[in-house]
Amino acid sequence: MIDYITDNRSIILEALAQHVWLSLLPVVIGAVLALPVGYLAVRYPRLYQPVVNLGGLIYSIPSLALFLTLPAVLGLRVLDPLNVVAALSLYTFALLTRTVADALLSVQGQTTQAAFALGYRPVRQLVGVELPMALPVMLAGLRVATVSNISLVSVSAFVGVPNLGSLFTRGLQLDFIEPIVVGIVLSVLLAAICDVAIVAAQHRLTPWSRVGAR
Amino acid sequence: MTVTPMINYFAFLLDRANWVGANAEIPQRLLEHVAYTLVTVAISAAIALPVGLLIGHTNRGALLAINVGNAGRALPTFGLLSLMVILIGTGTLPVLVALVVLAVPPILSATYAGIRSVEPSAVNAAIGMGMRPSQVLFKAEVPMALPLIFGGLRSALLQVCATATVAAYVGFGGLGRFLIDGLSTNDYAQVFAGAVLVAVLAIALDFLSAAVQRAVVSPGVRARSTRVGSGARPTQSGPTRTDQPAPTAGTSR
Amino acid sequence: MLTLPTRTRLTAVAAVVAVLLPLSACGGDPTSTTASSGDSSTITVGSANFPENELLAEMYAQALEAQDVKVTRKFNIGARELYLKALEDGSIDLLPEYNGALLAALSPKGEVPQSVSTPDEVYDALQKVLPKGTQTLPQSAAEDKDTLTVTEETASKYDLKTIGDLKPVAGQMSLAAGPEFDKRYQGVVGLEKVYGVKFKEFKALDAGGPLTKAALEKGDVQVANIFSTDSAIETENLVVLEDTKNLFLAQNILPLITKSKVNSTVEDALNKVSEALTTEDLTKYLAKVQVDKQDPATVAKQYLSDKKLV
Repeated sequence: MIDYITDNRSIILEALAQHVWLSLLPVVIGAVLALPVGYLAVRYPRLYQPVVNLGGLIYSIPSLALFLTLPAVLGLRVLDPLNVVAALSLYTFALLTRTVADALLSVQGQTTQAAFALGYRPVRQLVGVELPMALPVMLAGLRVATVSNISLVSVSAFVGVPNLGSLFTRGLQLDFIEPIVVGIVLSVLLAAICDVAIVAAQHRLTPWSRVGAR
Repeated sequence: MTVTPMINYFAFLLDRANWVGANAEIPQRLLEHVAYTLVTVAISAAIALPVGLLIGHTNRGALLAINVGNAGRALPTFGLLSLMVILIGTGTLPVLVALVVLAVPPILSATYAGIRSVEPSAVNAAIGMGMRPSQVLFKAEVPMALPLIFGGLRSALLQVCATATVAAYVGFGGLGRFLIDGLSTNDYAQVFAGAVLVAVLAIALDFLSAAVQRAVVSPGVRARSTRVGSGARPTQSGPTRTDQPAPTAGTSR
Repeated sequence: MLTLPTRTRLTAVAAVVAVLLPLSACGGDPTSTTASSGDSSTITVGSANFPENELLAEMYAQALEAQDVKVTRKFNIGARELYLKALEDGSIDLLPEYNGALLAALSPKGEVPQSVSTPDEVYDALQKVLPKGTQTLPQSAAEDKDTLTVTEETASKYDLKTIGDLKPVAGQMSLAAGPEFDKRYQGVVGLEKVYGVKFKEFKALDAGGPLTKAALEKGDVQVANIFSTDSAIETENLVVLEDTKNLFLAQNILPLITKSKVNSTVEDALNKVSEALTTEDLTKYLAKVQVDKQDPATVAKQYLSDKKLV
C-alpha cells in the first residue's frame, strides 16, 4: 500500500486537487443562489410550498442521471467538468433553499418583533438579526451539502472527468484494491476536514450559543 | 457539434417494443430496481432500527449513533461499490452489501435522533403510568419519534435508489443499465430514457413513502414541528415539517 | 445584544470567504481542463477506458514530449462511441486506435465490404470514412484484437476451436463483454449475422477487464470478450476461438489525430513509436500494468527508453 502511494503520489494529488474544486465550487454557487431564493420563499409565504417541492424534486433525481443529461441541456462538451459543477450546484441549491427558508422561518416571532420595535429597518433586521440567528441551521445544511457533494463527484469518473473517482475506476480496471482504498480514505478525510471547518466557523460566528451551552 | 433535435431523445421511451413483449426491457429493469431497493432498505432497517432504538432509549453508545450518521454520509458511494466488487467479486452480492452499508447510517442516526427528541415529560408520564421500559419504548417513545424515524427511512430509500443506479457500472441490473449501456454506445435516447425513468421512480418512491408516513404517524405527533433554539440541540435532521422528508437527514447520493 | 459588532461581522465574512475560496481554487486553473488546447501547438491526448489504450496513449504523449511538443492528457474517457465524440468536438486531438475496429465503427451498420481483410486493405478503406478534420498516421505491425475466449474445460467439453464451433451450443451459453459489444457489428450483431451464433444471455461488464475475466473463470459466463494482448490468456490457460471468417478483421494500432495538429515533428515522433511497436512487446509491457500493477506512465517511459525511442 505504501509503495502504491509513493509511486503514484502525483496522480493521487492531482485527483485530489480536481476533487476539491469540483465538490466545493458548487457549494459556494448553490449557497449564493439559495440565500435570495430562500429569503423570498419566506417573504412571500405563497412561494414556500412550491419552492420546497421543486427543491425536493430536484434533490430526488439520482446523480448519474443528472450528470448524463445536463450536457445536452447546457450544450456543453462531453468531457467538460463544468457539467459536474452545474449538476452539483443544482443539488446544493435545491437542498439549501429549503434550509435557508426553514432557518429564517424558525427565527420569526419574538426576536424579530423585538428588533422591529427597536427600530430596525428590514434590511438591517435581515442582515443583523435574522441571518445570524439562522446561521446554526443554515450551516448544518451547508455541512450536509458539502459532504454530499464530495461523495457525488466520484460518480463523474464514468465520463472521464478526473477526480478521486478515477482511482476507483483504475482499481476496477486492474482488479487492484490499493487505489480504491486510497480514494475512499482521501474522500472521507476531505469530508471530515470540511465538516470540521464549517463547525469551527459556526462556533466563531455564533458566540451567543457558547454561553450556557449544554 | 451536431445538435440532436429534442424529439430523438424520446425515441427509446416511445418505442413500444421496450414496454411490452417478452424482451421488453423497461418493465424488467424497473422491477429489478424497485425490488433491490426495497429489499435493501428492509435489510438495513432490520439492522439499524433495533440498534437505534436501543441506543436512543438507553442513551448509551450515543456517540456511536451520532458519528455513524455523519461518517456514513461521507462515504463515497462509488468507492464503496468498487471496494465490495474487488473484495467479493462479481454478481449482486457485493452491490447489496454496499447498499446495505450505505443505508444503515441514515436510519440509525435518524432513529436515535427521533427517540432523543421525544419530550422528557411524555416519557416521565409514561413511566408514571406504570409502563415497563419496553412499553415506554414502544408505546410512548416510538410513536412520537416516528416522524424523524420515517425521515431516516425515506433518506435511505432515496440513497439506495440512487446508488443502485450507479451499480450498473459493475454489471448490476436495474434502471442504471439504460444509463450505462446508452453511455457506452452513445445512444442518448437510451440515456435519456434511463434518466427519466429513474427520476420518476425516485420521486414516486418518495411520494409513496410520504403517504405511508402520513398514514402511520399519529395526527397529534404530525402537527408538532421540531423547534430549533428552544433548547433542543439541532439534530442532524435540522428543522423539518414533520410530514416532509428531512433532506438534511443526510442523503449523499 | 443581537447585532454582531461590525468588526466581528466583517471578520466572519472574511473568514468564510478565506476558507472556501482557496479550497475551491486549489484545484488549479479550472479552465485549463476544459479549453481545447487554446494554444494551437498543444496536443490533447485521449484514451479509451482500458489499460492498454492508456499505455499506448502514454507512449504517444511521452514521445511527443521528448520532441518538446506540449501535451495535455485526458485519459479513460470511455468506449469508442464516447471518445470519438470527444475527438469530433475538439476536446481531444489524438488517440491510439485499432484500424479494423475503427473502420467497422465508421462504416454504415458496422459492416465492412467482403473484399477488405488485410491490414493494408483495412487502412485504405479507413481513409474513406474518417471523420472530417481527422486523419490517421501510418499504422504499426502490432495488433490487439477482440477475441471470443473460453476456459480450457469449456473448450474440451464442447470441442471448440473456432467461433463457428459455438453455433450449436451458444444457445445454452452466456457471453460477457463491455456494454457496447451488444450493439456492435464487431460484436453480438455480427456474431449472429456472420457465424449464426446467438447466445442465451449477454452480461454487460467491462470490455476485456477484470470483471469479465472473473465472470469467465468463475463460470458465470462461458464465453468472454478478451483482448488478444491480455497476458491472462497464457497464465490462465484460456482458449482463444479462431475467427475463421475474419469478423474482427485486422486490428493494427495507429494514431488517429486532428489534421490541424499534424506537423513534421509530431509525425516523426509518432511514426517512430508505430514502427518499433510489436504485438509481443505490447503484450509484455501491458502485463506490467495489468499484472504488476505498475502505472502506465512509468511503463511507457520504460518502453520508450528500452527501445531507445527517446
